[in-house]
Amino acid sequence: MTDQSHSTAPLSVQQAATRNAPLARPRAGRGVLGLTRRDATLMLVVTVLVVFAPFILNPFPETSALAQFNAGYPDLMQRFVIFGIFAIGFNILFGLTGYLSFGHAAFLGVGSYAAIWSMKLITLNVIPGILFAIIVAGLFSLVVGFISLRRSGIYFSILTLAFAQMSYALAYSVLTPITGGETGLQIKNTDTPLFGGPESGIGRANLFGAEMGNSTELELGNWLFTFNLGYYIAGAALLLAFYLSIRIFRSPFGIMLRAVKSNQQRMNYTGLMPKRYTLSAFVISGMFAGLAGGLMVAMDTQVGPERMFWTASGEVVIMTILGGAGTLLGPVLGAGFIKYMENIISKINKDILHQWFAFLPDGMEDVMVAVVYPFIGKGWHLTLGIMFMLVVIFLPGGLVEGGQRIAAKFRRNKTQD
Amino acid sequence: MAILSVKGVNKRFGGLQALGDVNLDVAENTCHAIIGPNGAGKSTLLNVLVGKLIPDSGSVVFDGQSVLGRKPHEINQMGISRVFQTPEIFADLTVMENMLIPCFAKRDGAFRLHAFEAVRRESDMIERAEAMLDEVNMLDKREMTASSMSRGDKRRLEMAMCLVQEPRLLLLDEPTAGMARADTENTIELLKTIRRDRGLTMAIIEHDMNVVFSLAERITVLAQGTPLVEDTPENIKGHPKVREAYLGEAQV
Ligand SMILES: Nc1ncnc2c1ncn2[C@@H]1O[C@H](COP(=O)(O)OP(=O)(O)OP(=O)(O)O)[C@@H](O)[C@H]1O
Ligand SMILES: [Mg+2]
Repeated sequence: MTDQSHSTAPLSVQQAATRNAPLARPRAGRGVLGLTRRDATLMLVVTVLVVFAPFILNPFPETSALAQFNAGYPDLMQRFVIFGIFAIGFNILFGLTGYLSFGHAAFLGVGSYAAIWSMKLITLNVIPGILFAIIVAGLFSLVVGFISLRRSGIYFSILTLAFAQMSYALAYSVLTPITGGETGLQIKNTDTPLFGGPESGIGRANLFGAEMGNSTELELGNWLFTFNLGYYIAGAALLLAFYLSIRIFRSPFGIMLRAVKSNQQRMNYTGLMPKRYTLSAFVISGMFAGLAGGLMVAMDTQVGPERMFWTASGEVVIMTILGGAGTLLGPVLGAGFIKYMENIISKINKDILHQWFAFLPDGMEDVMVAVVYPFIGKGWHLTLGIMFMLVVIFLPGGLVEGGQRIAAKFRRNKTQD
Repeated sequence: MAILSVKGVNKRFGGLQALGDVNLDVAENTCHAIIGPNGAGKSTLLNVLVGKLIPDSGSVVFDGQSVLGRKPHEINQMGISRVFQTPEIFADLTVMENMLIPCFAKRDGAFRLHAFEAVRRESDMIERAEAMLDEVNMLDKREMTASSMSRGDKRRLEMAMCLVQEPRLLLLDEPTAGMARADTENTIELLKTIRRDRGLTMAIIEHDMNVVFSLAERITVLAQGTPLVEDTPENIKGHPKVREAYLGEAQV
């Protein structure tokens, strides 16, 4: 339907006069990798954070009482970046088009199953597994998106939720031959992949022979830093995902996605098909989820249906909103924040609290411990819930908006000095 | 030769006959005004033309092709653009982004997965959008968020968004309502200039008779869903039936 043969006389070029005036044209700077200088800086900052995370996340000496706040161990660092990827993808759908999917964990789960089957049947190398995860999750999200996008708003959310819960229930029961049911799937020494089988016990994924669990440790005084191969592979995937997300945000396609959120009527009467754009965003975000799911299996070669449970879908929503929906950095921040709380704050117990408040007189100490205790340990959900509410009410732009406001304050103070 | 031809169109909303046997021919390169009291069915007629409503009976032919049954985006791609009675713009986006969207729609069609090109590299599109913004005197507002502008500016933006597509038929639903006097004059001038330079066919609904008589070559008077008369502005002014039905209550 693109009849463009009828363009009449070209636009009258009477703008020459005003063109001479120094207009605020966007700096068409060359930049790096097709990014503006600002975006390239952002990309660089994230790259530095990912590369040096083993240092940055381990600021406290092993021997100090604060060592429990260190997050620089491979397992957790892997989770930071994998959920970062999941949230970056989710944000392309939710942040740009405003369509709130409540079933994205299904794509992550499907990606995981696809990856583990690739390892069981083809090779323990992670690359085919991850590619397979992305493709299968993409196809599945195409089906789910095609159907769910027949509705918008709350009905769309409910449809995606229904699909995800259905996937969960099926993986648990009817599909047991494919999913391993309740126990899930692992790689055992009975598996015979086409190229090289697991030698003994539980098979581990590798990259051309190097296992994901391989780590190098560096001891500096009282500090211990761990550099893990799996983490760096997942980190590279995060950087790629982040880069793609910047490119999408700055592309004509990105404008179209924001147009979907703003006014679909106008899109229709401008000759565009908003649904196709939304479906594309849905599939792209499904593929990001598949990548995250594939990486999870690469790091820890097992998968179970609980990965697709609705709480997992809800978690990525909370990560994105908490960090800042529609912003580039928000989803990564949100994912890191929640995973940090889940793994670090949740481990603080009463004894540790007593140590902290030991300097207070006995009575006061008990009171303080009693006051703080509900917010830590198993109570970390309470802290998260309160934070989430505060952010939604006072900082609709999430942590990113909070950061921007603080930065703006500093700048203002500086100019006043 | 008529580029748009409406024949025997009927539309009922429950018991209300919103359009009753409407016949209308819009000749190429003319400006055809549709006037009539509130609730006459003017907007409903435009809704039929752009595929928002499907009439109960009748035919609508644009440039030799039937419009009925086509989706709104297909009709737009055929070359019909519409300015709505209440501004339909991308309120959360900047003025420039609002302009770029129709530019991309014109160049790329209804859908294209152009996810890896940078908008700032689209210099052709940006230039086009800037030229059009300049014509409506809004170039200085290019980085403003559309929702933060006055109603008159929103209308001018919507008009610019339609014009930048270089439609063959432009439908305008009360384009100057809510505009300051000076902006109304500018809008009249703009539409005149564009018609002179580019030969654009227009159908305009307007309550402001100053606008109607400045632009229109033909006028159709609609009352209660049925065309009363169709004639030149000179004849319409003196037409007794029209005075009775409509002009009596309007500011001539
Ligand atoms: N979608 C709809 N459903 C039901 N009734 C409608 C619908 N659209 C319009 N109408 C009715 O049809 C009649 C014609 O409406 P229309 O909007 O076409 O009038 P109009 O000539 O544009 O008036 P105005 O000058 O106030 O814009 C009105 O009585 C209106 O209430
Ligand atoms: Mg109307």
